[in-house]
Amino acid sequence: MSAVLSTRGLAKRFGSLVVAQDLSLALPRGVRYALIGPNGAGKTTLINLMTGMLRPDAGSIFLGEDEITSLAPESRVKRGLARTFQINTLFPSLSALESVTLAVLEREGHAGTWWKSLPAYRDAAGEAHEILSSLGIAKDAYRLTRELAYGRQRLLEIALALATRPKVLLLDEPAAGVPKDESADLFEAISSLASELTVLFIEHDMNVVFRFASRIIVMVGGRILVEGSPGEIARDPEVRAVYLGKAAHG
Amino acid sequence: MHSAVTGPHAHLQAQVRWRRIEIAFWLCTLAPFVAAPAYLQLASQIAITALFALSLDLILGYAGIVSLGHAAFFGLGAYAAGLLSKHAWGEPLSGLLIASAVSAAVGYAMSFIIARFRHLALIMITLGLGLLLHEAANSASWLTGGADGLQGMKIRPLFETFRFDLYGRTAYTYSVVVLFLTFLAARRIIHSPFGLALRGIRENATRMPAIGAPSHAHLRKIYALSAAMAGVAGALLAQTTSTVSLEVLSFQRSADVLVILILGGAGRLYGGIVGAIIYMVARDQFSGISPQFWYFWIGLLLVVVVMFLPNGILGGLAKITARWQRKAP
Ligand SMILES: Nc1ncnc2c1ncn2[C@@H]1O[C@H](COP(=O)(O)OP(=O)(O)O)[C@@H](O)[C@H]1O
Ligand SMILES: [Mg+2]
Repeated sequence: MSAVLSTRGLAKRFGSLVVAQDLSLALPRGVRYALIGPNGAGKTTLINLMTGMLRPDAGSIFLGEDEITSLAPESRVKRGLARTFQINTLFPSLSALESVTLAVLEREGHAGTWWKSLPAYRDAAGEAHEILSSLGIAKDAYRLTRELAYGRQRLLEIALALATRPKVLLLDEPAAGVPKDESADLFEAISSLASELTVLFIEHDMNVVFRFASRIIVMVGGRILVEGSPGEIARDPEVRAVYLGKAAHG
Repeated sequence: MHSAVTGPHAHLQAQVRWRRIEIAFWLCTLAPFVAAPAYLQLASQIAITALFALSLDLILGYAGIVSLGHAAFFGLGAYAAGLLSKHAWGEPLSGLLIASAVSAAVGYAMSFIIARFRHLALIMITLGLGLLLHEAANSASWLTGGADGLQGMKIRPLFETFRFDLYGRTAYTYSVVVLFLTFLAARRIIHSPFGLALRGIRENATRMPAIGAPSHAHLRKIYALSAAMAGVAGALLAQTTSTVSLEVLSFQRSADVLVILILGGAGRLYGGIVGAIIYMVARDQFSGISPQFWYFWIGLLLVVVVMFLPNGILGGLAKITARWQRKAP
């Protein structure tokens, strides 16, 4: 089976705290993965390791056939691995359109050009606008990021990642802090992304997880407890004991 | 504010458009010829300082690189232009370009260190490099003239026609035209894709790698461009005054230009220019009355500006006009 993104034996510790231990995964094309687990399980750390924002103590990471373990984060993005952040990590004084245009220009290799005027890049701006439209935030395209409603900012997080034209998209709690009704819209937008795109999202709401994920990974204490289809996960006694037993009430 | 923006292109276009006040401002730079012909030397110094502050704005205001040693590049440009005219040839325009290239080359070399650091570390490194260069120029007195300054510069007339006269007519014309052309370049840089990337780094350095941006490469590039611009300013000073003193590399000059930019407002392109005009005119006036108290007043002014106008004079003005426009129907 050819995975788009895979890891082998990833390990990471902060001092004496083990936050990732023997993490081996293989994400095939087009699959919608949910990554679940209690707070502090190491979910964000796994995304940081995959995207190069943290260096693993051991193990390796592959994008398709190519090992990317020692590549810089921006080089991984160039090869098709994009992420969003649990806490908004945006450009407050840029408009939404400018932000996404910047990501498009970086992808196209134009962002180092200093002798040409920005408005000359009509296609980049047009594409940025289309991305914002596809996520339903075109109306806010010309407003400054810091003036956008929080839910819109969460969508802008995703828009920035999409502008890099990823093969794999890692979403760190995309609905964090978003009210329940808005969160459904947000996941509708995520599920309508191109079907060949591999998506892994971290989410705590089990209704959302079971509705939108085709596979589920459960992490506890820096380890992968189990990986399987929603049906398998729902039936798994170990999962019920350590995780669902507590969280499923909510 | 209701903008008539109708599409993504128009949105970007609206930000790069020349405003009427900008055109008015540049027309005003002609005023000294008629309004203050006796002060053209001072006006020339102001234009040069404005250019220097503009170069600092590119790194501080747009890329978030704090520097306490920017005089290094100003001084390099000044010495390069001075030495060239003394030992090789005195044609000013080629001198300007060569001086600028020297500053850019050193700036690019240093940028490999600069791009790795931020905040306090950056202040210390730029300060250290500035002091290093100052001391190097001081010890190499066989080349630079040391504390006595570089003597024996021979600057040819501009275009072999316009001599650098005592009144500063040529000096001011030359300085202000170079300032304007360099400003056009800076304005283009700010309004280019690269300028947008710099604002991205300033706004959120963590996000940049996550959208595939090589932030270090961007930072190295703007640092070299800024150094080139500072070099032009230094060369202008050397050529228009026919002398170079150690002061061009001094810590004082680095600190002054930082004060000027913060006073005017960083990240606004015109902040350095406005700051330079206010600072230099005020200093000229004060030095007649009580020169020893100059830094007392500057200190006071700085505290007041930072307390009440955290974004400088231009930042304050922008806020007032925004409020005024909102009130107007
Ligand atoms: N940079 C860091 N330094 C030290 N400890 C960290 C760091 N980042 C995360 N941790 C710790 O690692 C554990 C896993 O964190 P995280 O991956 O953010 O969990 P999750 O996203 O699953 O809630 C937590 O106990 C957290 O406190
Ligand atoms: Mg997390």
